[in-house]
This record gives sequence, C-alpha cells and structure tokens, in this order.
Amino acid sequence: MIKQPQASQKSYPLNGALFALSWALMAAALPILLFLQNKWLALAAFLMGAGLLILSLLLDHSYTLRPLAARIIRYVLLVFGMLVMVFPFFWMLSSSLKTYNEMNYFPPTMFPQNWANFENFKIVFEKAPFARYFLNSVITVLGSVGVTTFTTILAAFAFSRLEFRGREILFSLLLSMMMVPFEMLVITNFQTIVKLGVYDTLYALIIPFTSSIFYTYILRNFFQSIPSGLYWSARVDGCTNWKYLWKVMVPIARPSLVTIVLLNALASWNSFMWPLLVIKSDLRRTLPFGLYHFTTEVGANFELLMAASTVTVLPMIILFLFARKQIIRGVARGGIKG
Amino acid sequence: MQVIMEKLTKHFGETKAVQDFSVTLNDGELVCLLGPSGCGKSTVLNMLSGIIPVTSGKIYFDGEDVTKLPPEQRGIGLVFQNYALYPHMTVMGNITFPLEIQKVPPAEREARAREIAELVHMGNLLGRKPKQLSGGQQQRVAIARALVKNPRLLLLDEPLSNLDARLRLEMREEIRRIQLETQVTTIFVTHDQEEAMSISDHIVLMKDGFLQQHAAPQELYNQPANQFVADFLGNPPINNFPGKVAGDDFVMADGSRVTLGLSGKVPEGTEVNLSVRAESFVVESEQQPDRLTCTVDSVFQMGKEEMAILSFGGVHFRAYIASEYGFKPGDTVVLGLKDRGVFVFDLKTGERYI
Repeated sequence: MIKQPQASQKSYPLNGALFALSWALMAAALPILLFLQNKWLALAAFLMGAGLLILSLLLDHSYTLRPLAARIIRYVLLVFGMLVMVFPFFWMLSSSLKTYNEMNYFPPTMFPQNWANFENFKIVFEKAPFARYFLNSVITVLGSVGVTTFTTILAAFAFSRLEFRGREILFSLLLSMMMVPFEMLVITNFQTIVKLGVYDTLYALIIPFTSSIFYTYILRNFFQSIPSGLYWSARVDGCTNWKYLWKVMVPIARPSLVTIVLLNALASWNSFMWPLLVIKSDLRRTLPFGLYHFTTEVGANFELLMAASTVTVLPMIILFLFARKQIIRGVARGGIKG
Repeated sequence: MQVIMEKLTKHFGETKAVQDFSVTLNDGELVCLLGPSGCGKSTVLNMLSGIIPVTSGKIYFDGEDVTKLPPEQRGIGLVFQNYALYPHMTVMGNITFPLEIQKVPPAEREARAREIAELVHMGNLLGRKPKQLSGGQQQRVAIARALVKNPRLLLLDEPLSNLDARLRLEMREEIRRIQLETQVTTIFVTHDQEEAMSISDHIVLMKDGFLQQHAAPQELYNQPANQFVADFLGNPPINNFPGKVAGDDFVMADGSRVTLGLSGKVPEGTEVNLSVRAESFVVESEQQPDRLTCTVDSVFQMGKEEMAILSFGGVHFRAYIASEYGFKPGDTVVLGLKDRGVFVFDLKTGERYI
C-alpha cells in the first residue's frame, strides 16, 4: 500500500508522550545506578527507554511496511555506529569509577562495582593540580576565542564591506598564508614569545592565537552575501560603519559566528603541541598537557588516568551536547575536523 | 524640496555612465528616471543619495550644494529593489532603526513608527519578521522605514521590479497615494515606461548616460524630443518609415510617396524617418497625395477596435482601425494621418523636424 506523503506529516499525540517517557526512562538509569546501586535495574530502564524511543520515532512517520523495514535497518545501523563511537567514552567513564583491583580483573568487567566510587577523582585532584589545569584551559580558551572572534569580525568586515586599494590582493596574500603549516611557524612564534618576555606564562598561550585567517575567510564570505542595500539604507540613516557592523551584520551572521566560536573553542581546548613548547611550570599547564604529564607520572594506574581523562574531556562533551547542531554544521561547512 | 543637478558627470574608469546631466526637479513632485538598462539612471540616483561620488558637476538641494556631503547629511530616504530590510528585526524594529540611530527617545520612536506604519497600511503587522511578509508588504515596510525620519527627498530604485504583475499595479498606486499624502519630493527609477507614465508628475528619460527629455508624461508622448524618445514610449511601439525628403513629399526607397508639406521644415534630400503612432491613422475612402495606400497583412480583434498589421512601401506597421470596416488580409486600405502622433526625425541624428 502506498501512502501519500502528507499522511506522515500527521503527528499523533500519543507519540509525544511516548517520546518523553522514553527519554525519562533513559535519564532515570543514572539516579538508579547512583542511589539504588542496582546496575541491572538501571540497564533495564535504559534499554526500555531506548526501545520506546525507537518505537516512537518509527510510529511518528508512517505505518506502511516497506519504509518501516528501511527505517528499522537504518536505526539498527545508526545504533551500531553510535555504540562504536560511544564505547571508548563509556569505557573511560566506567574505568574511572573502578578500584585498582577491579581494573586488573580478568576477564575485565563492563561496569564498576560501585557507581558512586569517586575516589579516583579525589586522588587525581590531589596528585596533580587538575583544578588549576582546568582553570588555565578555561582562561586560555576564553582569551584566545574572545580576541580571535573580535579580530575576525573586524577583518571580515573590512575585507567584505570597506573599499580600499589593494583589498583583494591583500586578502589573497592572507589566504595564501593558510598554506603554511602551523609547525613551520612554531620556531618564529617561539622566538617572538621569548622576546616578548612572556615565555612560561598564559599570555604565551593566548597571544599567538588572537586572529585566524580561516575564520576571517568564512565570515567574510557570509558578510559578502548580505545585500549592500542594507548597508546603504543604514548609512543614509546616519549609521556609522561601527554601528552597522554590530547592530546589523553581526546579528545577521550570528549562526556563522556561533559556529566559528565553537570550532575555535574546540581547537583551542584541545591544543597540545604549543603549550608543550612554551609552558614549563606545572601550575601553568593546560588540561591536555597536564594530562600528558600525568600519564608519565602515574604510569600503570589506568583508573587514575581514566579519571583524569574524564575531567579533560567532559567540558567538551557537555559543549557538544548543547551545541550539537552548530558544530556539525560548522564542521560540514569548513570541511575540517574540530 | 527642489533638486537641481548641474552638468552631473560620472565616469567609472573608461566607462562614461552619466554625462553632462542637468535637470531641475520641483518641490513635492514625483519624478521618474526612465530609461533602458545601463542608461545611468541608477547611477544618477546613487549620486543623489551620496552612495557614489560624482566625477564632476553639482547637486543642489533647495539651493544648498550637497555634492560633497556624505549620505547621512543629505536628509534622504532610500528604498531598494530588494527592499533591504534588516532580516533579524521585526517590522517595528526596521521602521524605528533610523530613529534609533538619530537617538530619538524610545516612546517617540514607537509613536512615529506606528503613525507611518498606518500610512503604508502595515499597522497590524508590526511584530512580524520580514521573512513572514509578502513582497508587497516588505516593500511597504521599506517605504515606511525610508519615510519615518521625514526625509527631504525619497529615492526609490526600481521598487516594483521584484513584484508580480498584480502587486506591481497595486504598489505603484500605493506609492503614488503615499507620495501625495506626504507631499515628499520623490524620485523613482524604472525601466518600465508604462509604470513611469502612469504615476509621475514628470519623467526624465535617459539613454547612454545622456538626458534625452524631461517633461510631463503626456508631453513626452505627444512631443518627443527625438527618435529615441518616440521609440521608447508607447505600446505598441511607434511605426517608422525610412525615406527621403523631396520637396513637400516624403519618398520611400520603392518610390511610395506621401505629401506632408515638408519644404521649408526639412532640408531637401535629407534622409528621415516618418514616425507614426498606431492610433494616428484614419481610414479614408479615396486616395489623395497625403494619404497612404496600404495592404492588410493580418488583423487582430481587440474589442471596439482592431489592431491591423499593414504594409506600406515595403514596411510592415501596426495601426488601430475601427472594427466596423471588417478588413481581411489582402485588402487594400487608404489611410490618412492625424495631426497628433506624426513626426519626422532625421534618420542619422534622430533629431526631430516635425
């Protein structure tokens, strides 16, 4: 039986409830684990929720058989892909909650015996100043992303809206610089940092990353797609370039800007090589560098390592959960990994 | 506001977009800048608004030289073909934006925006975003935004080109109504002669950067300054018969001749076009020297009239003929010429003799 596509547009009130219930069940798994200490009940709740979610998604579309089969296959594949992607993270989280003995069980256990065993985290924070690393990372990311966004907006405006001699040549020159790999610039950047007298300070982590040709390029392209009529209407009304930029262009470009900020924050948070070069003191390390250093310190204590990794990765996971759409769009558009 | 343009010239590198353009526009008028694409009409508009600097010449607003004044000090309102509304602001936000820049207090801003929104019949849609409006509504908002700061001059750059045929008719009447109500001096750029004829007080017709004629619509139609003006205005287009002047007569290549009393008005032997509007023919019963004996090629019924395609001296032309004659293709007709809508232009220079 062929159904008209309009039929699938219909939404069933029951599905909404089913959808909410499925999420509620999956979410309930965590408190059940933590407070009731019953991992099987938690697992059952989670799986039931997942099953209901798939059911509600299926019902939401149509009742015809062929698309149903196709959809089941699609979701099975997606779930499989998701498991592959999520498993390392799950393993990290699970290991971080195990004791040293548990870690060495053979065969290894899937779940920790005590889901509320935060002992490892405590040890990690005692052994190395992870709170400090975290703070350093946050300061670096805020500083570099903040300034980069500002300079990117100004440069993109100049290269798209202002008219001056040699604009296109200058921009081509800038673009050609993108071909120079970062590793090439490390030496000169390092010398600059030393000469500025900011070696082994957080400034050294921020100053080389206060502008970006790539983001300028993305934003300039977006700015150029804004019709010039908007600019002239505003100018005729007495709007200055500065005001026009912040009152009209930036709000219109907000989706693009959010993408840029997110990609930039991800790259900045994950940066490893540069901090390794310019930071000497323990207290000025950022998270990835601190984690690396921690590895060499704790050696074979994988449960501690996993706890430290969790601390490092968690903020990015949370960011991803909140800004999933923008990140995916940004990565898809930029064609680069975040 | 009275607008005077004096020998206005604009060159883009080698391209001469506007040349020696001198026009005086009176206060409170709606003037159309008319011409084919690329004739420099938008360039003139952009020079008036200050968006592009002039190469030479002067612009005076009410006697004040504004040639070098930046756009924001000229007191103008602009409306673009693509409306150029701020997509992230509501209708209210768009209309109040010019006032916000001029630091008008919020309460007054809103009151004035409401007033102007009523004028353009958008009072009930102030909370909408531009995306949620039709093309015609967006154009109303653009006009409201241009008018809210009480400009001395309203400039509209092809404001109807993006609208469909019905809305275009409606909006051009609306623009005329709003202009009459506000009495703001308005310049309207268009390439559509019908649009220009129907709403303007005066038309400024341009071609290749040069002013062709500046006159009221009827005068432009009835007294074209040259061949280009005669060709550009009117639907169906004017009929042109190429030929030579021989004494009082107009003689075509195949020897067909019409007596028009040309001697003294046009030099002997000049190559000219006899240009006749389709409605300027009259059916006569007998041949006389000042009449044309033509063959009917085809006839189209148009209700009270017929549009006939005929040939004379090897030239095909269109003429309106009363239905009662019932001509058929192949018939021979004698046509006389009315006084109105018959011109003689120099074939080379396009200059008008009669």
